[in-house]
Amino acid sequence: MRFFNFHLMPYAAADLEAINANGSAWVTFPNSHYNPEIGADLYHGYLDQLEYADQLGYDGVCLNEHHQTAYGLMPIPGVLAGALARSVKRAKIAILGRALPLLNNPLMVAEEYAILDNLTRGRFIAGFVRGIGAEYHAMGVNPAESQARFHEAHDLIIRAWTEAGPFEHVGKHYHFRYVNPWPRPYQKPHPPIFTPSQGSTDTIRWSARNRYTYCQTLSPIAVVARFFDMYREEAEKAGYQATPDQLAWSNSIYVAETDEKAMREAKPHLEALQNRFLKMPIEMLLPPGYTSVESMKRIRAARVNVKPQTAEDLVKAGVVIVGSPNTVRERLAQYQELARFNTSLTKTQFGTMPLSQARENTEAVAREVLPYFQDKPTAVKEVAAQ
Amino acid sequence: MAGYRESRMRVDGCNTVLRRGGNGPPLLFLHGAGGFGIWGDFHDRLASRFDVLAPSHPGFDGSDDPPWLDRVADLGHFYLDLMQALGLEQVHLVGHSLGGWLAAEIATRDTRRLASVTLMCAAGIHVEGIAQLDTFLLAPDERVRRQFVDKAKAESLAARVSDPANLDLVLKNQETAARLAWQPRLYDPHLRKWLHRIDRPTLVLWGDSDPIFPAAYAEAYGRLIPGAKAVVIERCGHQPNVEHPAETATAITTFIEGLSA
Repeated sequence: MRFFNFHLMPYAAADLEAINANGSAWVTFPNSHYNPEIGADLYHGYLDQLEYADQLGYDGVCLNEHHQTAYGLMPIPGVLAGALARSVKRAKIAILGRALPLLNNPLMVAEEYAILDNLTRGRFIAGFVRGIGAEYHAMGVNPAESQARFHEAHDLIIRAWTEAGPFEHVGKHYHFRYVNPWPRPYQKPHPPIFTPSQGSTDTIRWSARNRYTYCQTLSPIAVVARFFDMYREEAEKAGYQATPDQLAWSNSIYVAETDEKAMREAKPHLEALQNRFLKMPIEMLLPPGYTSVESMKRIRAARVNVKPQTAEDLVKAGVVIVGSPNTVRERLAQYQELARFNTSLTKTQFGTMPLSQARENTEAVAREVLPYFQDKPTAVKEVAAQ
Repeated sequence: MAGYRESRMRVDGCNTVLRRGGNGPPLLFLHGAGGFGIWGDFHDRLASRFDVLAPSHPGFDGSDDPPWLDRVADLGHFYLDLMQALGLEQVHLVGHSLGGWLAAEIATRDTRRLASVTLMCAAGIHVEGIAQLDTFLLAPDERVRRQFVDKAKAESLAARVSDPANLDLVLKNQETAARLAWQPRLYDPHLRKWLHRIDRPTLVLWGDSDPIFPAAYAEAYGRLIPGAKAVVIERCGHQPNVEHPAETATAITTFIEGLSA
């Protein structure tokens, strides 16, 4: 299995009660709560963690993109990827943004990603997302155009990377007389593409058809397995067999000496992430037109009666893995067998977790988990061989 | 009580729901971002003096969602075509909220089929420095409540939009409203440049407590449209036609009948 150390770069010092009183850490949570001196320390600490992850043997590091929120401080992830491009010596660097529809000029992503691919001499992974609904409130982009803008921007970026320029682009949302970006990407034909999603049927189908790596965010493992099955079915319909490498599960892992100690240490930070940083009204999460009326109804129905979740709930549902080295290894092997993925996008810092604790956990996961899964016949292959 | 008939007509390839009732000069009522809602006391009162035509805009309620619909200006051209298709002349145009913006779009383009224009709590322009309620961040029922001064009236409407049986309709109307008005939020920066072209008598009709387009918006429209008259309904939020149907219908009727006097 490949392990990526995935960071959200939360504003870990956020006032959780103030978030609760505001109803959300997104869009309307006043940025007067942001202290730049604390923020600067967090940025450096988080970048240190990702550099350390490279030294510890993680296969890659992941950044993402969100706007106007204490949930994550990476509105322009390319800046942070640039900071890592020369200090992360071995691991891949993945940006699991950018949110293409938010941009009025998607060619800037073609340029930014190509620079990173050159800087890392081909260790860059390109993520394409739509961004969550809150982004459309924050950035003043029409959610009803989100799907169409995403597809037009994606197609244009791929063309810009693979066809000789200059050429002209005349679409519905984007118009360019000259498409001729310098530099071109380092990898041929272009960097590998990852497509994170909350489980939209359209995205899964599109991702499978394009043979992109599909990343499932923040879901119980049984749901993850169902979405991965859907991906495999779509791949078969498209005439090929998906490999486990094409499926990535985005999770949080926390390891300590015993199950009890691990839970005690992880609990407040998992609950801060789940019940404070992620909290938002459904009108913010699902602005009109962001997804089809049918999906809108399904998600709304699923959210009725959603109570705050405890860390124990999250562990039980298999959203996260927390425990002793043995417990964590057993769970991960079991989940890998169930959902048949071979890429783990693992947060070792989450919510309010302080830098020192995150460093220890990043190290513990590298020591106690990675060697048992990396560069080994995967659980999937063992199952297949039987 | 005047009745009305509901039918469908095809204009610009769009199958469009049209309600029509009453006798007299034609009055075209353009609904707001929440869809047409129901034919109520307000419409009945107008229908006692006018031939009231109350369509559901393309993309709203039971009307089709045509591929050409991207902007309020598209609806503006559609309604010029619709008036032509119906052979309407001397039309009294009444638009509420998003429909008020639409009425202004129509009238800045071509007033040849129009006799008068009434803008009721109209979107379409931006006034600097005035706090506005962001309805896109509110649940449908809360969005309704905040638009009324009369809490009892608000509750019956809030119950209607939160009835699960109406969810499809509410979501469809919200999606079209977002497509037309999310960004810039509920206005077209180019509209105000051409409001001086409206060369028909215009009534600017507003609730005194409209939280979405506060009184400054009524004043701005009044200044930008030559010779516009203003009427303010007291103790009234964003939906004068629902909150004070009698007073609102009377204001419109008085304005229009005053034109021929």
